[in-house]
Amino acid sequence: MRHLLLRLGYALALPAVLVAVWWLASDDSTDVYRPPLRTILETFPDVWTGDRLRSDVLPSVLRLTGGYALAAVAGIAVGTVIGSHRRVRAVCEPVLEFLRAVPPPVLVPVIMLFAGIGDTMKIVVIATGCVWPVLLNTVEGVRAVDPVMAETARSYGITGVARLRHLVLRSASPQIFAGLRQALSVGIILMVISEMFAASNGLGFTIVQFQRGFAIPDMWTGILVLGLLGFFLSVLFQLLERRVLGWYHGRRASTRRSP
Amino acid sequence: MLDVRGLRKVYEGSGRRVEAVRDLTFTVGAGELVCLVGPSGCGKTTLLRCMGGLLTPTGGEVLLEGRKVTGPPPGTAFVFQEYGRSLFPWMRVAENVELPLKQKGLGKARRRELVTDALESVGLADAAGAYPWQLSGGMQQRVAIARALAYEPRVLLMDEPFAAVDAQTRADLEDLVRGLWRERGMTILFVTHDIDEAVYLGERVIVLSGSPTVVREQLTVDLPAERDQLHTRVAPRFAELRTHVYEQIQAAKRGIAPQDTPETQDALAKADAPPKRDALVKADVPGDPDVRTDPPPSR
Amino acid sequence: MRGENAVLGAAGLAAFLALGEAAPRLGLVEEAYFPPTSRIAEALVDELSDDAFWSALGDTLTGWALGLAIAVGAGIVAGVVLSVVPHLREATASTIEFLRPIPSVALIPLAVLLYGTELRSVLLLVVYASFWQVLIQVLYGVQDVDPVAEETARSYGLGPWARVRHVLWPTALPYVMTGVRLAAAVALILAVTAELVIGAPGLGSRIAVAQTSQAVPEMYALIVVAGLLGLLINVGARTVERRALAWHQSVRGEVAV
Repeated sequence: MRHLLLRLGYALALPAVLVAVWWLASDDSTDVYRPPLRTILETFPDVWTGDRLRSDVLPSVLRLTGGYALAAVAGIAVGTVIGSHRRVRAVCEPVLEFLRAVPPPVLVPVIMLFAGIGDTMKIVVIATGCVWPVLLNTVEGVRAVDPVMAETARSYGITGVARLRHLVLRSASPQIFAGLRQALSVGIILMVISEMFAASNGLGFTIVQFQRGFAIPDMWTGILVLGLLGFFLSVLFQLLERRVLGWYHGRRASTRRSP
Repeated sequence: MLDVRGLRKVYEGSGRRVEAVRDLTFTVGAGELVCLVGPSGCGKTTLLRCMGGLLTPTGGEVLLEGRKVTGPPPGTAFVFQEYGRSLFPWMRVAENVELPLKQKGLGKARRRELVTDALESVGLADAAGAYPWQLSGGMQQRVAIARALAYEPRVLLMDEPFAAVDAQTRADLEDLVRGLWRERGMTILFVTHDIDEAVYLGERVIVLSGSPTVVREQLTVDLPAERDQLHTRVAPRFAELRTHVYEQIQAAKRGIAPQDTPETQDALAKADAPPKRDALVKADVPGDPDVRTDPPPSR
Repeated sequence: MRGENAVLGAAGLAAFLALGEAAPRLGLVEEAYFPPTSRIAEALVDELSDDAFWSALGDTLTGWALGLAIAVGAGIVAGVVLSVVPHLREATASTIEFLRPIPSVALIPLAVLLYGTELRSVLLLVVYASFWQVLIQVLYGVQDVDPVAEETARSYGLGPWARVRHVLWPTALPYVMTGVRLAAAVALILAVTAELVIGAPGLGSRIAVAQTSQAVPEMYALIVVAGLLGLLINVGARTVERRALAWHQSVRGEVAV
């Protein structure tokens, strides 16, 4: 119990101090661009009503989910194929290295050319940006399947789909998750800027509208919402990762204790 | 049961040719426990992998119950030296044991029965729900053995399974394997570089030469079937047998210098064809009628 | 094998370029959206002879390098201080976990208001995004310090500063290098984003201009340049990482594979 209290104290102390400092330091601020925290928090419930959440946050999240899921499926599938064949990998490697190195945001103007400015454009942008980290990490993971495990599977007749499911994908899962984590932050960036570029709703669109209309406290609340969304998604991701990669972290911890 | 005929394996890659196994011929009868022993790096593992269908031999063939082995045969189970890398760390112990059975298409009830039975046989009934990496090395190798047992193989191939565990665990595991063999009556081929282990475990010991590998001698171990660590290892007969095998292996190491070029090795091999091997055997055990050496296999 | 891989890789690249040429010519894709490779190459040559292009490239590199340098310096100092001062690590953990996932693009409107299209706008985004990459790796690295080595250093009476220099820093160095490599890639993404969205001068804003003026081949040419820049940064960072750590086990292991 005391232990728990101590941990809670550690977790909450600094955030509380920071919020207090922000509150006090900004309280009598007259700078238009840095409104008092009090004002921002008072504005918050007025701006982010249930309607707003439905009309702006939900579309953003749906676009992100769609594009991200598309990228995850395509990246893992193609990455598994490339990673399992040495020659295919050699052929694709230079092209993939180049495509991965293209900063994803420059995709927005290109994809706008043929996909217009609707939801399709945003989903395609998010998917094309997110697919590379997933794909390349999957290639690495699949390539690195332990030869002894591979032989074990062969000698027990574990082949085909079962081999893919029980050996290849499981053994590559730590790398795949590393790729998915990178892809998540790329996805959020692309979600926001594709909406800033061209949209009629969404978080990125709304925040830019506030900024252009000099609704500064509203803009600050928008930044807070984006921050909360990023935090929330990362917590969600960590929960999923802990479930799927529990064995991996457990094994690492156990080898660390006894080398 | 298991026939190895004129087996030869040459590794080729990046401009180098390595002849790991030259010409191996021997048989293992049904229900036998045979140990293969030889100097380190003599291609024991290559041989076993060819027998398990994991490697394709360059020449010769392996027959299992009269049928040529081309891929992993269904009635064979493999236990690897690297237990830590042969069990899947993302599966619990019971799942590891169960996976090959699922692949075999067995029903759920039957699978559960086999898994429980196998884990009980190796003394790990309590560890079913643990992950392999939560267990000690010896226990992990027990899990690998349980997985092999549950598979109900007619032939069990074991590749230096105890090379990486500590001495006490090793003794326990040796007794476990011998016990399981007597209980279940399967054919076991056990590869090791440890002479004591080979003599203690085997009903027959096949001594291999240094690389490139040929069969140097086959030796029947005439120790009683009931063996235990305490008495068997101090028995005079045990000492005689292990001394004999030891001398054979020392001679094998001296036999062919590793620096030799392939051409001279070929010439050497031709020069010491069967007669010389016989001469060596006789020279090594002068006036010891108790050591029965099987005649070299006919080609 | 290495020679064979190079040949296969070159073949793959050639096939990719040929596909880019053939698909629009054969009418498989709209030529207005996907200009053939040769048109993009022409546009690229035009760009290379344009002074404005080179100054844009210079602007992007300045934003990238300056932002990266600040982020790396700050990340290392913060990471070491957090790990060395007792209790600080525990006290800051929750705050870091909260701030790190905040997407740096959330700061775009703020950057626009505060700094307009100045370099400082770019720096704000670049530094915020890459700082966390470095910090997190430094924290991991320090955590990896062998307790036996630490105890040994203590028992020989090494002071805190000497311990940081001789025990903590060498252990953490490989992690720091990884952090720098990741941060270098992220910094380029954010530099281009800032230029593209805010309009700070650089490759990104040049792409935006090409887009609004419907100069499609030029846009592709600029994207190719951005990609090559990214590739150069990735390969360079990996080489530096390997060179600097040739003695370290993790790198030796990687080379051997």
